[in-house]
Parts: sequence; structure tokens; C-alpha cells
Amino acid sequence: MKAKKILIAILPLVVFAILVMVFKSSLNKDPRELETKLVGSPVPSFKLASVTNPEVILTNDDLPKEIFLLNVWGTWCVSCYAEHPYLMKFAKEVPIKWVGMNYKDAPKDAINYLNKYGDPFVYSISDVSGQMGIDLGVYGAPETFIVDANGMIRDRHVGVIDERVWNSVIIPKLKAIGWEQN
Amino acid sequence: MIPELGHFFLILALINAIVLGSLPFYGAHTQHSGLMRLASKASIGQFVLLLASYICLTLAFVQDDFSVAYVANHSNTLLPLRYKITAVWGSHEGSLLLWILILSGWMAAVAIFSKALTAVMRARVLATLGFLSIGFVSFALFTSNPFERVLPFIPIDGADLNPLLQDFGMIVHPPMLYMGFVGFAVVFAFAIAGLLQGDLDQKWAKWARPWTTVAWIFLTIGIALGSWWAYYELGWGGWWFWDPVENASFMPWIAGTALLHSLAATEKRGAYKSWTVLLAILTFSLSLLGTFLVRSGVLTSVHAFATDPERGLFILTFLGFAVGGALTLYAWQFDKLKSNNNYTLFSKEIAIVLNNILLFSSLLVVFLGTLYPLLADYLWEKKVSIGPPFFDPYFSFFFALILFLIPFGQQMNWKQDKLKPLLLKQFILLAVAVILTLALIALFADKILLWPVVAISLALWLILSCINYLVNQSSNAQSLFAGLKKISRSYWGMIVAHIGVAITVIGVIITSFYSIEKDIRIEPQQIVKVENLSIKFEKFDNFTFENYISSQATLKVSKNGRHLTTLKPEKRRYRVSGQLMTEAAIEPGFFGDLYISLAQPLDKGAWAIKVYYKPFVRWIWLGALIMALGGLLAVSDKRYRARRFKKVSPKKESIINES
Repeated sequence: MKAKKILIAILPLVVFAILVMVFKSSLNKDPRELETKLVGSPVPSFKLASVTNPEVILTNDDLPKEIFLLNVWGTWCVSCYAEHPYLMKFAKEVPIKWVGMNYKDAPKDAINYLNKYGDPFVYSISDVSGQMGIDLGVYGAPETFIVDANGMIRDRHVGVIDERVWNSVIIPKLKAIGWEQN
Repeated sequence: MIPELGHFFLILALINAIVLGSLPFYGAHTQHSGLMRLASKASIGQFVLLLASYICLTLAFVQDDFSVAYVANHSNTLLPLRYKITAVWGSHEGSLLLWILILSGWMAAVAIFSKALTAVMRARVLATLGFLSIGFVSFALFTSNPFERVLPFIPIDGADLNPLLQDFGMIVHPPMLYMGFVGFAVVFAFAIAGLLQGDLDQKWAKWARPWTTVAWIFLTIGIALGSWWAYYELGWGGWWFWDPVENASFMPWIAGTALLHSLAATEKRGAYKSWTVLLAILTFSLSLLGTFLVRSGVLTSVHAFATDPERGLFILTFLGFAVGGALTLYAWQFDKLKSNNNYTLFSKEIAIVLNNILLFSSLLVVFLGTLYPLLADYLWEKKVSIGPPFFDPYFSFFFALILFLIPFGQQMNWKQDKLKPLLLKQFILLAVAVILTLALIALFADKILLWPVVAISLALWLILSCINYLVNQSSNAQSLFAGLKKISRSYWGMIVAHIGVAITVIGVIITSFYSIEKDIRIEPQQIVKVENLSIKFEKFDNFTFENYISSQATLKVSKNGRHLTTLKPEKRRYRVSGQLMTEAAIEPGFFGDLYISLAQPLDKGAWAIKVYYKPFVRWIWLGALIMALGGLLAVSDKRYRARRFKKVSPKKESIINES
């Protein structure tokens, strides 16, 4: 009886300690900087419609022949709404191309979204079925891949890119692979 | 100069907090009355210092001091003055300062309004709050200093405030929410002080209760405001997204609601002491957890601030100290918490246990859904995301059970009640509610669906049983009015809050199941029919404002040939950031909103527009306001007022302390 009472008394503390451990590990791991197996390999081949011009079919050949950023977004992704103003700003101020990948979305919603909040992308690939997302190993949105002139994936960032991430993470990574801001 | 002053005040506040968070504890331990008295003065001092610091940051915004990094990143010369003032809490650093300021505001309030407490209790409550203040002020100073300068290269102009935040709803939402979050610190401090004392008597619950209710009122309004803002500003007609940060504010609310109920049992009957204390700790812990989730970046969300693992580690360490310490103290004193178990199976005590079990279960649903991605990553290194398909059914299940329980629970007597007459009466009312629901749906809706019938029946039943209860209570009086006047404010509070719950449920369910959404193409001067409305595209204009350019369509809406309203949805281009915003035009109505937003321009001056009809959507927030009103009625109860007015003079205080 005594032991049972002690157990009840310390149970909340034990549960809390476990939670703190989980939080601690998730801090160290920072889910946004997850590596992808695809770093160093080419963008998986795709053949998908453009969001804004559904009659145009895009393939790997249409990717920019320079260092660019591939941003995975969706209208169902609440964080994308937070990220979008930053993308608009960077697209305007920084000479680097953004390619969008509209992940698991209804094309109608995607077009509305771009009309409403502005379109920072040279074009957006419409991945309605989510196949390209699976090939890329996307597990959420927003996610951004750094791709080089040869179409090779060089790095990946998971989560919202804001001013701080842009200056402290993305820009250094871009510079590391030889991109220059002229 | 002004930012340095602000920084200086913040440093002084830290020193003051260290004094407040330590000496009164020692004073209470050694019965040193001087050290104990110090607590009130230091609490009020903390508020003054932080207010001064906060005003300095506001001045930096008003004066466009772009040498301050925080100002440069979140303001602009073109920003209207009102938004310069509110931009202070537009991001992490400033909102943290507001958080701390509000905490000190609560401290000052406790110092001023709790003269009835024993000197020891008061010193410990304030010192606990002071200890929390140490953590948060040093968090601001060492990891998130809002006064940091960008020298020597001062930007000529600022980067502007995110247009989403340039809005009335956003001005009032964060302060309200923080008032609620931080307000639970008070009941947490009461729990710590009570545990240190060892014996939690019923007076303890009586003191803690009004503070909990006030914090709960603020949080209720804060959450409702956030939901309302999302509805009209994000422009896709949604009002709740189960976003991690929404959940982070919702969890303390659920826990706080459970706490309000169990505090009632502890105060009135001396029951469930240890559970109530644990809930008090839990509620504030969940507020802290919310802060951790939002500001550490372990979860991604629309609300997430700039992330920084260092900040996350700081909050986590502090969370560990505060909550870990509280729970250790709880485990240590567990033996001393003796509850009154003198009640039978059919009593209000049992109803409150069920209420707490169900609220706790729904809390667990939200908690697991929010944190499962973290847990899964930790245990199996799997990445998962969880959305409405998980939250909606499980949460609704527990909430439906809660709804089912309220009509019984609110009418039961303490200690012992008779089940049979209650059951019979309630089931008659339930039958009336079901018939009423079916009649209303058959009359006004085009389809009969299972869930709306269930939910609306339960909600109407709840309202009927509230009315029935009021009528019964006044049946012995000469007139209905005289009878109603006799019911105490706390009872009124309970009844009104429960009616609020029913109203919110009705709003949620009807909006979810009966909304209409249409995309149409419309040319200038053209008239388009949508359901029974005809919409005429009158004209299209451009206007220039301080910091944005607006393109506005004028649409005349009529119903059956009668002019109904003129709506002017617009697109705004913000000049500094170049951001495009869509401002939906809404014709609000008690029974439904007509909601039109511009989608995109098409050829020949035509536009694609979205037309929504959202029936009963306002009831969601109306219900929340009614719940808050219920809380207000409860705290305005005579017994709290009487105490406050009587015990202002220090002489009387000492008399009461001795008694």
C-alpha cells in the first residue's frame, strides 16, 4: 500500500522527465536540418504539368541551368502561409531562381493561392498525386532543396525559411557551392 | 539612448526578480516579517521597471529608431502609428517582453488584491512568481534582447511588419492570449505556496479560484480572437486548423477548464486536493510548454517565431526547473494532502470527476496529436504529421460525452443526490431537444445529416436544461424575476458559461456541415446567380493608402430582387515588402456570413471570385464570449467582492490572519 502511494506521488514527475528527454533530443536534432539520401544525386525524373499553365508539361530539362532553389509548398500547409512573404521578398531582392513544387494540392487551390499571395516562382510543378514528393523524400512542407547547375541536389532545408534562416543557413550553403550574389 | 535605458531597466528588473524570488521564501521559512513584506513592494517594483522598459521599446518603434535590430526588422517609416505601437509584439523578442510585462502585472495585482492571505502564504505566492520572472527576464536578456543595436551600419528604413499582422484582430489577440497564459502562473504560485505550507485547506482553493477564472476568461477571449482573425484574414473561410501553436494555446485552456471545475469541488467540499494541485501545476506547465513549442522551433507552424536551438534549450532548462521542482514538491508533500472522500456515487463530486476525466482525455488527444511527431521521431526516427483526420473524430468523441454529462452535472447536489427524478426529467428534455432539432433541420436545411442532428440535439438539450434549472430554482419565489435574483452570481456564471458551450457547438457543427462555397467568373456590369443570390459587378477602383495600394471591386448583392448589401473585396499591395494581400469582404449576419474574396483577374476586366456562405459561423465566437461572460459573472460573486472591500486596511488584515 505504501509503495503504491509513493508510485502515484512520483508518477507525474517521471512522465515529465521522459517528456523533457524527448524535447531535449528533438532540440538537438532540429528537424529542419534533416539530411536527405538524395544529397549528391540528381533531382528525380519527373513529367508533370505546370500549375499556372496546366497545358505545359515540365520535365527535368526545364529546370534552370544554374544554381536554384526548389521549394515544396501546398495550400494545405499552414506554415507555407508564413513562409510565403519571405519567398516573395527574396525572389524580388536576390538574383536566384525559385522553382515551386506544389505538393498534393488541387490545382485550382494552388492557382488561387498564387494569385492571392503573389508568385515568387519561375514556375511551379504540379505534383497532385504526391509521387514526386515521395521520390524526393519530402515529409512535410515547406521544404527547400538547393540544386546546382547540373541538376544535382546539394542540400535540403526542412521548415520555414525566414529572414534569419535565409541569412544564417541558406546563403552560406549557397556560397559554399559556389553561388555568388552579384 | 532610449534603447539603452530600456535595456538598463530590464537588467534592474532581473536584479529585482532575484531579490523577490529568494528573500521572501527565506522570510516565510524563518517567520521574518520584514523579508515577507518585501515581496509586495518588490512585485510592484517589478511591474514598474518592466513597464518602463516596455515603454522604451515602444518609443524606439514610434521614433523609427532603425539602429535597433528588432525595430529595423519589424517596422517601417510608412507604417501607421497604431501598427508601430503594436509591432512591438509582432515577433519573438518584443512579444517576450510583453509576456514578462504581463507576468509582472499579475504579480502587482496579486500584491494589491490579496491582502486577505496570510503573510506567509502571500510571501510565498509572490516569491514563486518572482522566481518565474527571473527565468523569463534572463531569457530575454541573454538570448533575445529586443534592444540590440545594429551598429555601425544603420538601415535607412525598416523591413516592415508582416501585412498579416497589420490588422485589428492581431493587435488584440496576443495580449489577450498572454494574459491568459501568464495568468495561470498565479494559480501555479498558489499551488507551490500551498504545497510548501503542507496543508491545503479549503481557504486555499477559495483564494486560488477567482485568479484562475480571470486567467481563463482572458484565454477564452484570446483563443476566440485568434480564430476570428484566421477566419477573416487568411481568407479561406477556416476558423480552426489544429495547428501546433493553436493547440499549444488550446491545451492550457482545456486544463484550465478542468481546473476550474475541480477547484469548485476542493473549495466547497475539500475533495480532490492532490488532483487539483496537480492540475494547477499542469495548467501552467502547458502554458510554458506552449511557449517552448512556439519559441524553440521544434515544431513548424504559421505562428512559429524565428528559431534558435539555444533559445529552445534555455526554455527547456527553465521548464525543467520550474515544473520539475513543482512536481518534486508535489511528490514530497503527497502524503499530507488529505481529501474529504465523504460522497456517494450520485453526487456532484462524481460528476466533476467524470468532467475531469473527459476533459483530461480530450486534452490527451490534443497533446498526443501535437507531440506525436516529436515522439515518433525520438522513438522510431520516423517523420509523421498529424492533422484534422486525427483530431476531429477523437476530440469530438470526448466532447460529445462532455456535452452529454453537463445537463446532469450542473444540477446535481454535492455529496448525495437522487438519480431517478433527475434522469427522468433530463430525458424528457432530451426528447424535446431531439424533436426540436429534427424540426429545425427539416425546415431550414436541405439535407439531414447524422452528426449535426446529434450535436445540435445535445446543444439544445443543454440550453433547455439550463433554462429548466433556472426556472426550478426560482419556483419557490413570488415571481420568476424575484427567483432569478436570488440565484448567486457564481451559479449564474456556471449556467451562462454552459449556454456559451452549447452556442459554440451549434456554430461549429453547422458551419462545418452546411457551408456553401462557389467559384464564379464575373465581368463588369454582369449579374451572376449564386444559389438564391444575384451578384452584380458594379466597378473596379484603385486607391492609395499610407503603406499600400488597394484594388477594390464593388459588388452589389441582392436576394429575390431586393438589394441586400454592397461588398467591396480588395487586393492590397504593400509597398515596402511588395506583398500582395487579399482582403475578403464579409457581410456578417447572426445566422450566417456572406463572404466574397477576389481570386484572380481574368481577361477583359473579368475576375474570378470566391463566394462563400458560412451559416452560424459567428456563433462559434459568440459562444466563446458568452463563456467568458459566465466567468465574469462567477468572479463578480458577492463573496469575492465582500472580501476585497473589507480587507483593504492593514489593521483588519492582521485580525483576519490571526483568526
